[in-house]
Amino acid sequence: MKRNSVAFWGAMALFLVAVFLMTKVVGNEYPFFAGYVILQFIVLAVAWSILGGYAGYVNFGTNAFFGVGIYTAVFLTKAFGASLAVQIVTAAAVGALLGLAVGLLTLRMQGIFFSIATIALSIVIETSVTNWRYVGGAAGIQLQRPPALEMFHSYLQMLFFVQAMLVVLAIATARYIQRSWIGRGLQALKDDELAAECTGVPTLRLKLLACVISGALMCAAGAPGAMYLQYADPSSAFNLNYSVTVLAMALIGGTAHWIGPVIGAIVLGVTQQLLAVTISSEVNVLVLGVMLVLFVVAAPEGILGLVRRIVTRRRAGGEA
Amino acid sequence: MTSAGETTQPLLKIEALTKRFGGFVALDNVSVDIHPGERLGLIGPNGSGKTTLINCISGAFRVDAGTVTFGGEDVTRLPPHVRTRRGIARSFQIPRPFRSMTVAENLMVALDFATVAGSFVPEAQRRDTVMSVLTRTGLASKADISTTRLSQVELRKMELARAMATHPKLLISDEAMAGLSTSEVDEVLDLLLALAAQDITIIMIEHIMQAVMRFSQRVMCLDAGKIIAIGAPDEVMANRRVQEAYLGT
Repeated sequence: MKRNSVAFWGAMALFLVAVFLMTKVVGNEYPFFAGYVILQFIVLAVAWSILGGYAGYVNFGTNAFFGVGIYTAVFLTKAFGASLAVQIVTAAAVGALLGLAVGLLTLRMQGIFFSIATIALSIVIETSVTNWRYVGGAAGIQLQRPPALEMFHSYLQMLFFVQAMLVVLAIATARYIQRSWIGRGLQALKDDELAAECTGVPTLRLKLLACVISGALMCAAGAPGAMYLQYADPSSAFNLNYSVTVLAMALIGGTAHWIGPVIGAIVLGVTQQLLAVTISSEVNVLVLGVMLVLFVVAAPEGILGLVRRIVTRRRAGGEA
Repeated sequence: MTSAGETTQPLLKIEALTKRFGGFVALDNVSVDIHPGERLGLIGPNGSGKTTLINCISGAFRVDAGTVTFGGEDVTRLPPHVRTRRGIARSFQIPRPFRSMTVAENLMVALDFATVAGSFVPEAQRRDTVMSVLTRTGLASKADISTTRLSQVELRKMELARAMATHPKLLISDEAMAGLSTSEVDEVLDLLLALAAQDITIIMIEHIMQAVMRFSQRVMCLDAGKIIAIGAPDEVMANRRVQEAYLGT
């Protein structure tokens, strides 16, 4: 098990070094522009699966958390000219509080009712922000990027590296949860909530914890988005596409293990970026829909489940 | 209702418990004391309120009136997981395993959450605890098998093993023998008797009369949410009202 952890942290360190080297070697800005979006979706999908995958509570409000992250950054920039680090940390704190509030309000509901409540939440928040003049209201707001840290050529490259650090943070958190008593408790309550309670699992508290962590990560992932686009407006920050895309990524990758949403986000994220360049960004939604249908029918447990099934079959075949 | 000279404090004290579902009164003013180490058989026709009573004791249902006192503490308003930690464990009439887990992992949940918090126990030792519970319940060979691949009798035993892993003072077995063959009934019964021998108080809901007679020190019969008889097994069986209500004669 320890060797496993060494390998994990080694891989994470290698990933960050590779990302950093990429900012030194690659001159073209476009790879960072596209890569940032993929990294952002990895964080969102991993964060989503902490509540949606481990606990089985399907959250349709990813856009609410993401948008709140963006607007926390917008507000801090406008009000205090806060640095990127402050924006992200504050967004994470706001996300945690929002997660707690949402959890307290909705986690007593089960299944589809929870999902509907999260959609309602995102509409409420989007409407509020639309009517908030200070951050630009419905028209949106333009933002100026401050100079980047000296070790980066451009602000975009810095954002790319920062999002990569958030990826590591999200994956490490998800991995910790999965392997600890928290993960075991979430898995138990996902299987059977009453049986879990009667086995001593504090189901409400664990669900709240998952919602808080998931919310904090989603908001943190959204925060750099303000400076990434140098512009924010409610209808794109709170776009329901984020919810659907993130959900699709987690489900297509598989939610039983933290690597699932990572794979899903990479596969789907790369596909979307390629399509956006070669055909159009509108075709993304269509492809998303088709892939989701294919996976629901052919591999309900995602790529992860598919791989597992093949491995098991191979092994069974080898023995026979 | 208690035998003469009983001085010990009851482990479980149920007082004037009432539970309604809309206009239907599922439990009507039920009061009973259960003493440490006791083996109580709970019988009654279908729909008489047996499982409702268990749900009220374990905390799955909120009661409408009355109190549940366990080990001297009023637990009426406590959520199920707190009651489990206090020492109330149960099995379910229709087995409810954690389906995505192996048998051993099902028990690990109990070790992780139901036992004293804050005490760090190394993984190897926890595995030993799980294996010893599984050995006692005859499931040792199934430890690393998914619960979806267990037979009915194995599922019933797994439910009891998971309940045991919470280190209960009181174990409530809800029809753990329903639908099993005669030899399987004996297996589960022997298991329950062995647990009772370890000073665990047991409430056993059962329809199989031989099992109830062999197991119980005291039998309680519910009908339409009321206790219609409680006492020594043969007395209760001989009771005319019990025969009318339960045996349908």
